[in-house]
Amino acid sequence: MTAPFPTHKQEEWRYADLEALQPVWEQFAEPVTLVVGAGEDLEEVWLPVADDVQLRRVRLALGEGAQARIFALNTAPVYGRIELEVSLAEEAEFELFGANIGGGLSTNEIVTNVKHVGVGGRSRQAIRSVLNGKAVGSYLGKVEVARGAQQTDAEQSVKAMLLDRGATANCKPELEIFADDVKCAHGATVGELDAMQLFYAESRGLDPMSARALLLEGFVMGLWDSAKDGDAIRTAAREALRKVV
Amino acid sequence: MLEITNLHATVADKPILNGVSLHVPAGEVHAIMGPNGSGKSTLAYVLAGRPSYTVSEGGVSFDGRDLLAMDPHERAAAGMFLGFQYPVEIPGISYLQFLRESLNSQRRARGEAELSGGDFIKLAREQAKLLEMDAEMLKRPVNVGFSGGEKKRAEMVQMGILNPRFAVLDETDSGLDIDALRIVGEGINRIMRAPDKGVLLITHYERLLEHVSPDKVHVLQAGRITRSGDIELARELENTGYAEAAA
Repeated sequence: MTAPFPTHKQEEWRYADLEALQPVWEQFAEPVTLVVGAGEDLEEVWLPVADDVQLRRVRLALGEGAQARIFALNTAPVYGRIELEVSLAEEAEFELFGANIGGGLSTNEIVTNVKHVGVGGRSRQAIRSVLNGKAVGSYLGKVEVARGAQQTDAEQSVKAMLLDRGATANCKPELEIFADDVKCAHGATVGELDAMQLFYAESRGLDPMSARALLLEGFVMGLWDSAKDGDAIRTAAREALRKVV
Repeated sequence: MLEITNLHATVADKPILNGVSLHVPAGEVHAIMGPNGSGKSTLAYVLAGRPSYTVSEGGVSFDGRDLLAMDPHERAAAGMFLGFQYPVEIPGISYLQFLRESLNSQRRARGEAELSGGDFIKLAREQAKLLEMDAEMLKRPVNVGFSGGEKKRAEMVQMGILNPRFAVLDETDSGLDIDALRIVGEGINRIMRAPDKGVLLITHYERLLEHVSPDKVHVLQAGRITRSGDIELARELENTGYAEAAA
């Protein structure tokens, strides 16, 4: 049985391109479940594919002391959605480094729900969006800290760069905390390229296009620093940036 | 080599330069001194082509070409270099990548072959060493976490790597201790003292000039050159200040 088709009234689908989603919904209706057992370690690199509409809907369950690092590049030409529901048992650690890179009329979104269930869990999410044309890039990130999940340490850092007045960034970190000894930090910024940095780069000989591309590379590439095997995502991100600049 | 004629410039509609005329022939180093707010940095930015610095009158010819008609990157490719008073930080991009792309972009514009990765690293190490800067620092993001003095020294390393024909150095000496001042002074001489090169050295203090020995010293006040002379003028200013010098 297929899950009911979402609507914009559901918060987690609020910015979705449902029209683009409709024809492929059946294929993605059920999220994939990944389980990382106690003390185990998982690193995943999610690269874009060639399709116009690209979805990854994943449920990730981290056992006691388990670790997971996800590196995700979301750059679908029409609609891309990376959706993660994560549960962390005691002392588990979850990290997500994700980028939305979009131009034209594309919609790319990263939607997460991180549930700290056990004591002493750590989660860190860093999202960078680069948007041009009339593209939309969104991050909806909910962090839930369950009753008793003390010493939780959760962090969300969300930054977006708009290259065109027609582009839109939505950043929505959300916290729901039922424990009293926790650290939950979040920050969100939306900006444009710095004029002085551009001039500095151009004064050294870079033409305006290359200077922009270089600064944007600096903005995004830091995401992949801790990847054990980050070459593919670095190359893909560079290509995606070149396309939207 | 650089001919500035009756240059007037405004920043945010405020007139800053009010008729600067200055000729720097090839092979010479000229110093510009002057009180705060006299227009020294504006002159430097106008020469490098900073957006929103508007030239309202006059012109600048560089090797016979109209400098003001060129975009900043075209000026760089033509051999113009600005040493920034406040070098800019660029997170996420290493100095090596920044300079390699800059240099190769200049070389492409001039129709020269690009430098390979290996050759570039060699050049960068060599220049860093000559300016007594740890080459490991070039692996760090551009100017991020550098001290004021390190940023200024890094500007000179950039100049050594890019090897321009003309350098405008905007208060490169501020923020340097005495040893660094000597190293930077020697760097300027080594990189820029040549028959086909020129330097415009903007400074507040006479001390750097003792290392670089300018051919001419000019005083910029209220957006115009009010006096010109040799290094004796700089020594005099050091003793008397600008107020008396103008009298």
